[in-house]
Amino acid sequence: MEILVCIKQVPESNKVEVDPVTGVLNRNSAASKMNPYDLYALETALRLRQELGGRVSVMTMGPPQAEAVIREAYAMGADDGWLITDRRFGGADVLATSYTLSQGIRRAGPFDLILCGKQTTDGDTAQVGSEISEALSLPALAGVLRILSAEAEAVTVEMDLTDKVETVRVSLPCLLSVEKDIAQPRLPSYVRKQAMKDTPIHRLTLADMEDTDPAHYGLSGSPTQVQRIFPPESNHKQEKWTGDGPELTGRLFRLLKEQKLWQGGR
Amino acid sequence: MKRMLTPQELAELEALLPPGQVLWGDAIGPDWTHDELSGVSGMPGAVVRAQNTRQVSAVMRFCNDHEIPLTPRGAGTGLVGACVPVAGGVLLDMSGMNRILALDEDNLSVTVEPGVLLMELAAYVEERGFFYPPDPGEKSATIGGNISTNAGGMRAVKYGVTRDYVRALEVVLPSGEILTLGGETVKNSSGLSLKDVVVGSEGTLCVITKATLKLLALPPRTVSLLVPFPSLRQAIETVPAIVRSKAAPQAIEFMEQEVILDAENYLGKRFPDHSAPAYLLLRFDGNTLAAIEEAYDDVAKLCLAQGALDVLISDTQERDESIWTARGAFLEAIKGSTTYMDEVDCVVPRSRIHEMVDYLHALEKDAGLRIKSFGHAGDGNLHTYLLKDDLSQEEWEKRMADTMEKIYRKARELGGQVSGEHGIGYAKRAYLQESLPPAALALMQGIKRAFDPKGILNPHKVFEP
Repeated sequence: MEILVCIKQVPESNKVEVDPVTGVLNRNSAASKMNPYDLYALETALRLRQELGGRVSVMTMGPPQAEAVIREAYAMGADDGWLITDRRFGGADVLATSYTLSQGIRRAGPFDLILCGKQTTDGDTAQVGSEISEALSLPALAGVLRILSAEAEAVTVEMDLTDKVETVRVSLPCLLSVEKDIAQPRLPSYVRKQAMKDTPIHRLTLADMEDTDPAHYGLSGSPTQVQRIFPPESNHKQEKWTGDGPELTGRLFRLLKEQKLWQGGR
Repeated sequence: MKRMLTPQELAELEALLPPGQVLWGDAIGPDWTHDELSGVSGMPGAVVRAQNTRQVSAVMRFCNDHEIPLTPRGAGTGLVGACVPVAGGVLLDMSGMNRILALDEDNLSVTVEPGVLLMELAAYVEERGFFYPPDPGEKSATIGGNISTNAGGMRAVKYGVTRDYVRALEVVLPSGEILTLGGETVKNSSGLSLKDVVVGSEGTLCVITKATLKLLALPPRTVSLLVPFPSLRQAIETVPAIVRSKAAPQAIEFMEQEVILDAENYLGKRFPDHSAPAYLLLRFDGNTLAAIEEAYDDVAKLCLAQGALDVLISDTQERDESIWTARGAFLEAIKGSTTYMDEVDCVVPRSRIHEMVDYLHALEKDAGLRIKSFGHAGDGNLHTYLLKDDLSQEEWEKRMADTMEKIYRKARELGGQVSGEHGIGYAKRAYLQESLPPAALALMQGIKRAFDPKGILNPHKVFEP
């Protein structure tokens, strides 16, 4: 099976600080990492490869230094990596990003299965997966909790529909956005990192794409414009309860259920 | 031998403090009668919840005058019964004195009350770019308790133990006198270091009411390496080579597959890898990722040369959490896998740790009980747990005592000590007695008498019969 995993480089800190006056994202260090949600997609891909054979490729769009997350994916087990990088792709919104990735996938493919993480920790839109599938006219499923079975022509998965879980069989090729905790991601391996040190990374620029019209990419291809960035309201709430054991236990149980922190008996 | 308080004494004690701070009778819940593991329990005659040094002083003077035993207690997370009021009397609960008093950025120190929890201190200093290196697994222990046991933890390999970070202590003597030992200075050659006598004294000499602790600058980056090995023996035999390599990891821990599986069950979370029989877990710190990578590169190669199956890299917060959360839960996880257990916290020279681990493995067959261990391979400190499972009480006690005796004998033979970091308390006194020369024990008892002539403080603990 030919599997592609879409990955992204994000700032290392999960605490995004925004200057309340200027609205500028305060990236207090240059440190970055692979989007934690993408690790689950990559792990899912590596397990499918173990089961069915084939290859796992990864693709990212970003500045040249985004190469680091492809190297990281190599160290985790990916076979092949694609970096989409061109100044003209800069400033892309969700739609332009998805379109660019879909163009890259047309160039790098064909793939039987495309896997995405649930969302990124910097943008948090959770839309890129679905929009890629739209641009490629592929069936897509989001909220994938578990892959029940995978064969050459179809996969059967469990999909989280918030209030229920749906089991879906979907024909390949398709795109799946997987949930956190679908599988505990493996750690990058030093041995693999050394072994893959000289494995090249494919680079794609605008000139490599099927559609070379710059108006479809980057800022000019983005119908949404950011007007203002502001820090989210902090909603840390503290409550103090008094009462006896059984009463407090009942209350705590109800609260956990209400807040959907309790997953038992689903 | 248990000393309870007369109604008259209770009334006098109550009059010393604001209302609500003295508890007796049914108001003393079971939590105050034991610690986390030792199987030792004792009901105090009264619990005093101290709020400040003056109150501690008044209560201690009162107890001294009336010859009432007094046992100080922090969060009660100890494992050897040190905070259990075995002689009755007053249990002095210090957990209410939990304020962080001052951060001194000029002298790189922080001054705290003894009831501050280790996790609170770590969060407080790290938010401000500072680092308090002692890192025992039990993060909800109090600083007072950590000082009283000279707690160690995982970073001892590189940074040392609690003692190395105590600059000054405010203490109250049994007479009620308040004293400051040590000071804000980096150096001190002024007489005997009484501060160092108090560190590790498990509440037998005086009560700590304030501590000034040394801080370091927080290392900006850390990377952990999880190294799977085909056998525990290969893993442990690699440790001395890592120490010799001068790469200076913060921590060198070892763990076995079985304990990892217990932790997965206990936490309901998967560990990033559990395919190998044994693992070493190393953590490096430094200023940049590149500097750390350079530092660990030789160690990674060395591990592979010793037969490691791979070297897995944890370089982000999420990855670290998936490993270290499990590591932090080992004790509870093992506890959850059996009906009852007891522990051995012996420490051997780190060059001989593999001999100890080998011995324990062989012993499991003879002992007739399950033995699980994990711990600080890098500093020679092993945590070994003997599990009761479905043995009868009688059989358990027999096999446990016999096995412990053997383990301590082996530790002594290897040049080790009874306790690396948990202390002696009540439960390990016999083993301390066996392991120390009589003259050393007599000196300890003499020091005890000098601090506490009437013997009211934490009786029957550490070096006392």
